[in-house]
This record gives sequence, structure tokens and C-alpha cells, in this order.
Amino acid sequence: MCFSRGRCRCLFPWVSISTSVLSAGKFRDLAGFSIGGFMLFHFVERLGELAACHVRDLGRMGRYLLLTFLGAFKHPFRFSEVVRQVRIIGANSFVVIFFTAAFTGMVLGLQGYYTLRKFGAEGVLGSAVALSLIRELGPVLTALMVTGRAGSAMCAEIGIMRNSEQIDALECMSVDPFRYLITPKLLATLIAVPLLTLIFNVVGVYGGYVAGVHLLGSNPGAYFVSMQHSVVNKDINLGIIKSFVFALLIVWICTGRGYFVHQIRNAGFGAEGVSRVTTQAVVLSSISILVWDYLLTAMLL
Amino acid sequence: MSTPIIQFKDVVKAFGTQTVLDRVSLAIPTGKTTVIAGGSGQGKSVTLKLILGLLNPDAGAIFVEGRDITRMGRKELNQVRTDFGVLFQGAALLDSLTVFDNVALPLNERTKLGRKEIRDRVLSTLSQLGLEGSEEKFPAQLSGGMKKRVGLARALQLQPKIMLFDEPTTGLDPEKSMEIYQLFHHTQQQYGYTSVIVSHDIPKIFNLADQVVILNHGRVAVFASPDDIPRSADPEIREFVKKTMGDVYLSREMESVP
Repeated sequence: MCFSRGRCRCLFPWVSISTSVLSAGKFRDLAGFSIGGFMLFHFVERLGELAACHVRDLGRMGRYLLLTFLGAFKHPFRFSEVVRQVRIIGANSFVVIFFTAAFTGMVLGLQGYYTLRKFGAEGVLGSAVALSLIRELGPVLTALMVTGRAGSAMCAEIGIMRNSEQIDALECMSVDPFRYLITPKLLATLIAVPLLTLIFNVVGVYGGYVAGVHLLGSNPGAYFVSMQHSVVNKDINLGIIKSFVFALLIVWICTGRGYFVHQIRNAGFGAEGVSRVTTQAVVLSSISILVWDYLLTAMLL
Repeated sequence: MSTPIIQFKDVVKAFGTQTVLDRVSLAIPTGKTTVIAGGSGQGKSVTLKLILGLLNPDAGAIFVEGRDITRMGRKELNQVRTDFGVLFQGAALLDSLTVFDNVALPLNERTKLGRKEIRDRVLSTLSQLGLEGSEEKFPAQLSGGMKKRVGLARALQLQPKIMLFDEPTTGLDPEKSMEIYQLFHHTQQQYGYTSVIVSHDIPKIFNLADQVVILNHGRVAVFASPDDIPRSADPEIREFVKKTMGDVYLSREMESVP
């Protein structure tokens, strides 16, 4: 297999050349004429090593994503596994998504009502709740909840499979581990997350309705009419595009970290390695979701 | 002796500053059993991974059936790998699949056999290895010895020409290891595969061996028969044998070899 066979180094030959030059003895001697010079050299060496390590990691992950996509076009296609994963990632996340959405919507209803009342604009409460949910909170919170619930599980699962040589075993049977393991998870997440996002939006809107109209007495008709007037297709499309991108980020980062558990710097070995890598996966994927949320909003708004 | 099925030519493999294999050349004869022994960290598992193409050597060439696997593309390598069956140290069964599905996996993924035929084949292998009635269990519900047997059943499904065993009896009691060895013996007679066993269960494992390879500090010593080991001229090998097998073995008052 290409990763474990050490071929990915060839992707960045200049990196390994530069590190080997840096650590070559004669250059160290040249710089070692003074202590200050040596310390500076040591610092540069460490910096180069760190950079090389991250670039290598990035290259590995890029290749990983490509092979996962290619896995979708290889035979035999594992349709039943995709369905099973949709159940695990999607259907089983429904309760979490439902509660998150309901209470997010209710809080938006409360906060929106009190803020809008200052301007005498309670009438547009519906449109305020719906727009913030559809454009921002729906995709982002859904993605974060799925990361926490399904992403961490995927990462740990793949990491343990790597540690107990199950992935090696697949390769030895000439079964492509990407097609067999990763691609079904990718497709399932790409199907499940946008659907969960839409459920989140609907539940959130009704949560806002409960808080704003039932509890605080805003006008029920105005709540939905203002929503109809202000929400356009573009808003919904933006939310959907976001949720697809987030889904991709979740699968890529979470399964990828698990897959390379044995090659990640400072991750440690065995159970500890898997635990650290899972933490790393959740943190990384949450941060990238928020960063990409900003980028996508800036690009598409 | 016929042509070797696997051949190492001046293979070098290093991790960081540690050279695990230093210009190693060895040949594994077709249809025989080769035991690779050596202390911990002497490169036994690395040798196995090199044969499988899971690792690439830093220098040298590895020939499997006359073709150099170190200069192969993914597709070709996958082709060569279909001739291999591997029993991993922890058996490496997929946790999420039942025993039946684990054993059926290579047939499902690599062949176009019908459902019924796969079922027949899997059940016959399972009963052959004494695993009747456990096909619906999950790997986590099995004992170590049973896991190894399921692993063996899975590896045998595609009728491999070469079987690789990575420390097959680690973590098993002596009685269970004897059982596993007997299974190896029977299945090898039946399927006629070449077997490569990495093990430190010395001297018991030598009962199975036709050829013994001892790895020590990156160098190898190859013996045509386990009987030759005590006669080795290399002092390091003598030291290793003395440490692992005791003086008894060196003085040739050893257990009888069937």
C-alpha cells in the first residue's frame, strides 16, 4: 500500500532533501563555530523538521481523500454498507439533532423577541429566526453535533482497525481498504448531513414559534408570513452547499486521522494513540467547520 | 530443491538510525516450511511485511515467483498478493463482522461465486478447522486460539500458494499451540502451500521446520534443517541458541524431531 510503503515521501522530494541537508554533519559544524550560531541553527532545523512533517501530513491527507473518491468507482460497490452507515451516522443522530434544533430555535425566539421589541419589530421575528437557522446555525450546529457523535466514532473505529492490523489484513487480501471501509462512510455522511441539516432547520423554526408565539405572544400569522417574504432560494442553497462541504470535512478529517494513527507525530501507540488521534480529529474538524463556514459565507453571500 | 518461491537479494531496511536488515539475502523453497526466528526487535515482522509489500526496502530486491515486488505498481502487487494467505499476530479479524462473514469476506470481495457456493465453502472450511456452531459469533466472543483458527480459515479461502504466519502461538497455552501446529501440518498437506512462520516459540516450532532462518543484528543465518543449528560456526548464533534454547539444545540432547 502506498502510504505504508513510504512512497508518499516522493510527493515532496525537496522536503526530505532540505531536512537531510539541514541535519548533515558538516553544515552543523560550519554553524557550530559559536554557541549562538548553533542554537539558531538548531532552531531552524527544528522548524524545518516541523514544517516538513506538516507538509507530509497534508500530502498524505490529500492523497487519502483522492483515493476515497476513487473508491466509489471501484467494483464491487458496497451499497448495503452505505445504507448501514446512513443509519449509523444519520438516523441515529436524529434525537441529538432534534433536541439541539428545538432549543436553539427556542433561544433564538426568546432573544429575537426581546431585541426586536425594542424597535417595535416583533413582526419580523419569524424571518430573523428562519434566516439565522437556514443560513448559519442549521448547517454549523448539525455538522458540529455529527462530528461529536459520529465523527469521533468513525475515527476511533478506523484507528482501532489500523492498530489491530485489520486494515493490513484487508490489503493482504487485495481488498482496497478505501473502497471497503472509507468510501461508504464518505457517501453516507454526504447523504446524511444535508438531510439532518434540513430537519434541524424545520425543528428550529418550530422551536422559535413555540418560544416567540406561544410563550411570549408574538403574532402567529406574522411569524410565518415574514418568513415567507424574506427567505429566498439563495438562502436555502447556501445552507445546503455548506452542509455538503461540512460533511466532506467531517469524513475526511475524522477517518483520515484514524487511518494514519500509526504515522501521526507524537500520537503515541496503542489505545493512547487512538484516544489522542480521536481528540485531534474532533478538534480539527470542528475548527475547520467554523473556518470554512466563514469562507463559504464570504464567497457565496 | 526446486526454485525458490520467495527470494531476498541484498535487502536493506532501516528505521531512523537503526538498521533492521543489513544486506540480507535468503531464499524460501517452494512447498516447504521456513521458520524465521530471532530475538525481539531483530526484524522478524519487518521481513514478513517486506514479503507482503506492506513495507518497501531501502535497497535490494525481493522476488516472489520470480518477479520483483519492490518495483511493482499497485495493480500488479494486488495480483501477486492473491497468492498470499496471511495469519496475523492478533488474527486481525474484522470486529464488525461475524465469524462467517469474516471467512466469507475474501470470497465475497475477490470472486464471483454465488451465495450458496460461498456458504458451502465457508462452512466446510469452518468444520474442517473445528469451528462448527460458531459462525454467528463475533470475534470479540472468541478465545485466542479460536480467533487464530478463524484467521487461518479466512486465509485459506482463496487457496494461497504461500501462507505467512506472524507469531501464530503468541498468547496461547502450550496445549493450544500444539493444536495450532497440528492444524498447520494438516492444512499444509491438504492445500500444498509454502509456509513461512515467524515465531519465537523455539525450539517447539522447529518440529515443523524444513528450513530455519535466524535473524540477529540485521544479519541472517540460514540452515537447511533445524538439526544444523547447533553445529553453526557463528559464535553469535551459538550465543542466541544458547540463550533461547539452553545448553541442552546445543549439546544435541534435544526433543525428538518427528
